[in-house]
Amino acid sequence: MRNSFAEAFHEAAARDPRLVMVVADISPAGAMDRFRKAFPQRFVNTGVAEQVMVGLAAGMAARGLRPFVYTIATFALFRPYEFVRDDLCYQNLPVTVVGIGGGVTYSTLGGTHHAQEDVALATSLPNMAVIAPCDPAETRAAAAYLASEARFAHGPVYLRLGKAGEPALTAAAEPFAFGKLRYLQRGTDVCIVGYGPILKNGVDLARRFEKAGKSVSVVSCHTLKPLDEIGLRGLLASHAHVVAIEEMSPHGGLGPRLKALAFDVRAACRLDTFALQDSFLHVYGSHAELLDAHGLSETAIARRLGLA
Amino acid sequence: MIPNAFDAAASRRRCLGYRRRILEISQQVTALHVAPAFSCLEILDAVYRGLMRPQDVFVLSKGHGSVAQYVILEDLGVLARADLDAYCTKTGRLGAHPDYGVSGISASTGSLGHGMGMAAGMALAERLKGTDARVYAVLSDGECQEGSTWEAMLMAANLALGNLVALVDVNDFSGLDRMSEAHPAFHPLPDKARAFGWETAEVNGHDAGAVVAAVDARKGGRPLFVACRTVKGKGVAFMENVPIWHYRSPNKDEYATALAGLVEIGG
Repeated sequence: MRNSFAEAFHEAAARDPRLVMVVADISPAGAMDRFRKAFPQRFVNTGVAEQVMVGLAAGMAARGLRPFVYTIATFALFRPYEFVRDDLCYQNLPVTVVGIGGGVTYSTLGGTHHAQEDVALATSLPNMAVIAPCDPAETRAAAAYLASEARFAHGPVYLRLGKAGEPALTAAAEPFAFGKLRYLQRGTDVCIVGYGPILKNGVDLARRFEKAGKSVSVVSCHTLKPLDEIGLRGLLASHAHVVAIEEMSPHGGLGPRLKALAFDVRAACRLDTFALQDSFLHVYGSHAELLDAHGLSETAIARRLGLA
Repeated sequence: MIPNAFDAAASRRRCLGYRRRILEISQQVTALHVAPAFSCLEILDAVYRGLMRPQDVFVLSKGHGSVAQYVILEDLGVLARADLDAYCTKTGRLGAHPDYGVSGISASTGSLGHGMGMAAGMALAERLKGTDARVYAVLSDGECQEGSTWEAMLMAANLALGNLVALVDVNDFSGLDRMSEAHPAFHPLPDKARAFGWETAEVNGHDAGAVVAAVDARKGGRPLFVACRTVKGKGVAFMENVPIWHYRSPNKDEYATALAGLVEIGG
C-alpha cells in the first residue's frame, strides 16, 4: 500500500508543483524515494518531530501549497493530535495526514506502534475526512483522488494505510468514489462490510457463506467520514445478515455507527460487528497472529458466526 | 526598507491611542488579556508600521494578545470599528483569540506553541513559490516553554529560513508566575535560540524603533530571533507585573485610574 500511495502521489506531484511531502523520519523506501530524488525541494523531513511536521504543513497550506504529512499512524495522528486538531481541522486547511500501519500492522513493535483508535479519533474531529483503503489498487485510487483538484475543495483528510504486501481485493470492484460504499461483489443474503486490509478476511468469510449456500455482498467502506449513510441504510435494508469487520477499537468506528443506523431505520437484519479488543494485548508475532489474538482472524470470526 | 525611516514619535502616539482603545474595549467584557496585549503593542506597531510590506505575512503566535492586533488592524482599516465594538459578542466576528479567515488574521492561534511551526511552514512555502515574502511571528516567552516551539525552531534553522523573523515578547511572566523565579533555567533565551542555529538580537520591546532597527540590521541567510524585553501590563502602573491582569478586565474605577495614568512610552 505504501508503494501504491507513493507512486500515485509522485505521478500527481509531477504535474502539480503545489504538492509537497512532509515526513517525520520515516524511511522513504521505493516510490517515495524516487519522488524525493526527483523533487528534493518538495520533500521535507522534519526528523523525529511530529508537531512541527503538522505545523509546517499547515503553514504551507495556508500559503497555497498542498502538503501531505506522512509517518507511522500513531505518530501521524496521536503524537501531534492537538496540532492536527487546531492547525489543520480548526483552520480547515487542505492537508492530507497519511498514517502508515493502521491497526496492529506493526505486530512485533508493541502497543506504542499500534494505531488501534485512530479512526475513532480522526472521525471525531470537525472538518476531518477519513479514508481507509482495503488494498493497493484502492490505495492508488484514493491517493489519486487526494492529489486531485476535487479533493482540495475541502479541508483535512486522514488517510489510513497498511504497510506492504496486502493482497488485491478490488480487481472486480466498482470504481472508487470518495464518500461512497464500494461493492467488491454483490449478493442478496449476507453483506460483509469493512475497511482497510482486514477486508481480506471478509472476502474469505464470503467464501464460507457461499459454501453454505448464501449469496454474499462484500463492501469496502473506505470512506469513514463523511460516511455513506444512504449506502449503509440501503445495505441494512437489503440483506438479512450484515457483518461488519474493522481493525480498530470497538469504540467510535464503523460497527457502532452501523448499529446506530440500524436502530434509526428499524433494521430487521441480523447485525454482527467485529473489532479489535479494547485492550493492549502485549502479544508479539505476525500481523495475522495479532489479529487472531484480538479475535479478528478469519477463522476466529467464522467460529463466532457458527461457520467453522 | 530605508534605515531610520521609522518615525518613533509617531509610533509612541499610536501606541498611546491603542492603549486607550484597548482599555475602552475592556469595559465591554469581563476578560480581555489586557496585560499581555500591553506588553506586545510596540512590537506589533514595529511589525505593522515599520517592517511589513504588502506581500509579507504576520502570525500572532501569542493569540491571547489578539486585542493588540485588532486595534492596529482597526487603525489600518483592515477591521472596522464595528468589529471591535462587537468584540466577543454573538453578533461579532472577533474572539479572544485570532481566527483564521477573519480579515488580517493569517492563523488561528490561542493554543500556545503553534505559531512558530505554522510561521516556518509559511516561510518555506513562500520560498518554494519563489516569492520574496517574509513571515513575522510574535511569540510570548511563556510559549517558548512548549517543546513544539523548539521543534519548529530547529527545523526553521535546518531549512535556513532567512525569510522568517520571530519576535518574542519577553515580559518574564506566564499566566501564573514570573519566569525568572519559577523557571530560572528559562533565561537566557537568546543563547538558546543561537544554539538552535538562529541569528539573534535583543532589544527593549517597548521601543518600536529599536525593534525595527534590530530586524533591519540582521545579517540574514537564517531565521532571526529578536528577544524583546517588555513589561507585562506596560503603561498602567497597577497592572505592571501583576499576574491577575493576564486575564482580568478593569472595573469602572480601575478603568478611570488606568486611563488617567496613560502616557506616551518613551523609547
